[in-house]
Amino acid sequence: MTGSPLTAAALLAAAVATVAIGAYGVRFSRTTSDFLVASRTVGSQWNAAAISGEYLSAASFLGVAGLIAKYGADALWYPVGFTAGYLGLLLFVAAPLRRSGAYTVPDFAEFRLGSTRLRKVAMLVVVVICVFYLVPQYQGAGLTLKTLLGMPVWLGPLAVGAIVITNVVAGGMRSITFVQAFQYWLKLTAVAIPALALAGLFLTDRGGELGGPLPPTVQQDTTVAIETGVVVQVAAPAGITVTGTLDDRRVDGAAIGSAGEHTLGAGSTLNLAAGAATPVVAGTPAAGADWIASGGGLGGHHPMYQVVSIMVATFLGTMGLPHVLVRFYTNPDGRAARRTALAVIALLALFYAFPTLLGVFSRLYVPQLLITGTADAAVLLAPASAIAGPVGQLLAALVAAGAIAAFLATSSGLLVSFAGALATDVLPGRVRDFRVAALVGGLIPIPLALAASGGLELSRSVGLVFAVAASTLCPLLVLGIWWRGLTAVGATCGLAVGGLLSGGAVTVAVAGGIDDDALGGWPAVLIGYPAAISVPVAFATMIAVSRINRAAVPSDVAQTFARMHVPENLGMGIERVPKG
Amino acid sequence: MTSSERPQRQRVVLALRRGARMVHTRVEVQEQTQVGDALVRGLVRAQLGLALRLAAVVVLLIGTIPLLNAVFPALAAVTLFGIRLNWLVLAGLAYPLLYGIGWFYVRLAEQAERDFVGVVDAEP
Repeated sequence: MTGSPLTAAALLAAAVATVAIGAYGVRFSRTTSDFLVASRTVGSQWNAAAISGEYLSAASFLGVAGLIAKYGADALWYPVGFTAGYLGLLLFVAAPLRRSGAYTVPDFAEFRLGSTRLRKVAMLVVVVICVFYLVPQYQGAGLTLKTLLGMPVWLGPLAVGAIVITNVVAGGMRSITFVQAFQYWLKLTAVAIPALALAGLFLTDRGGELGGPLPPTVQQDTTVAIETGVVVQVAAPAGITVTGTLDDRRVDGAAIGSAGEHTLGAGSTLNLAAGAATPVVAGTPAAGADWIASGGGLGGHHPMYQVVSIMVATFLGTMGLPHVLVRFYTNPDGRAARRTALAVIALLALFYAFPTLLGVFSRLYVPQLLITGTADAAVLLAPASAIAGPVGQLLAALVAAGAIAAFLATSSGLLVSFAGALATDVLPGRVRDFRVAALVGGLIPIPLALAASGGLELSRSVGLVFAVAASTLCPLLVLGIWWRGLTAVGATCGLAVGGLLSGGAVTVAVAGGIDDDALGGWPAVLIGYPAAISVPVAFATMIAVSRINRAAVPSDVAQTFARMHVPENLGMGIERVPKG
Repeated sequence: MTSSERPQRQRVVLALRRGARMVHTRVEVQEQTQVGDALVRGLVRAQLGLALRLAAVVVLLIGTIPLLNAVFPALAAVTLFGIRLNWLVLAGLAYPLLYGIGWFYVRLAEQAERDFVGVVDAEP
């Protein structure tokens, strides 16, 4: 698993290209307005590609395939939900939000409800979501550099942080639009070509059976280093030997013993003879038949609840993601905002076909990843181990470039949102403040990424961020746009309740979670998938509190609604340009 | 010519004074008179109803997938072109469905806006 010079060169090229395109864009950024909203002159096609490029993060590029390889059919809900989120955004938010003329969620909150305090609370939520979302990006970068180049795990977050901070501080959003659009096509190429190559290989030579009664088998002798202790489930013990700590005993080249669950200590090595059935992390489906069937969930109990909660979080969470919303302000009008959202659905649908394929093939060709729990590395390792020789090396290099593009794109977008929120609401809002805020925002997640336990897969960490967005900014936007009765106090209470419920769950989950078997499994499942509870509670709180102090409904609500919903060609719209 | 076949009565004016009347109705919307407010309320209700109806369709279609799977596990094991039905639906068919509903929404929402502008700009 050490790096080839080719892979290193590809990583470097992707990073340099990102910075270079960013630097090119700097020449066009002149005013504060340029920095924040690209002067709303970005074309619809560019915008859709840029939104997709920004949105497809480490979770999509690496995480989706890893989850599918590990858990099978129920992991397919993640990419479906990541795409369906844009339908929710299109149906309920896109056009009215653009017409409101606001350019961030705090700005929308103030425009709609006229409360500075609510604006500050919304700003806080935006900042928290950005940080929560940046952490898995930085972790993914660390994993990539470690997997591909054997670098220490702390280097990835530092490197990505440095590149992103430089890029955002220097160029602001206009350059980011070019960069993000470029990133989408780079990521699509980087994931499509290896996926198609593996599909070709699979069709010409069926390497194994996916839906059979056995776990996946390795093709040749394989040695797996166990870096953190793990409980594995062994279906067929033939051909598996362990050196190190097995079930708390020191062993040296001993057979793993009977079928069932075994504990492997940190620092052990596991040897699989050619044709041996791979052990899998306990709690994940071992037999192909379990893996290929729906309804098994993603580890832990109550799989049906897990699926419902993932659906709620991803369907409603996208409309609350600050870095996605800010892009919609760069559309010229509400109609264009709708068309952009629709185009994004198409681009995402095209993209997600390939991580799905890669997930399936990595179960077949790199099953040893299922042992260690670092299934997120599947996309990075599958091409080179399935296809020998320079072609495999080239494909691996391409995937590496795509992965680094994924981190840079999403992190840049998040950082622009973070800096925009902080610069306009806490600092005076000059270009210099934006830069200071970007520097701060880029640095905060680095220690968090290093400290967070690696127990959660990337897609699941990102899914938790979606749950936070769905329980806070989504009710604020949906009720603010469609319900005249919303009041500032109601919105503030809803943000607080939704934020505390979902944010608390995320903190516990990232810090290590709860024992899966406690109290019938419900506490663990509610912490791991909070959205199905926290989203309805947040909506209910906003509505109930607003009803109680209904006297506080803003008097200009009719005017506000007309601005949000009446088409621009009637001349009701307002262009709001940042001060400075 | 019998009375039932009498041609429709036509109003003959010197010229269509579109501009003047259009501004008049637009001002009603902009200044939030009662007429203007009623028009905007109608538009908001129409757009929200459309969005809710389409969202309900998505939730019904996508939400039945896990339910069907739980009730009839054998259904997912059906293979089509060598791919199992549950994978075919979730990894394939779900995406065109989402796009199709989005496309339909964009069409209908723009139509509702055109209707609204038509009412506002119409001759009284």
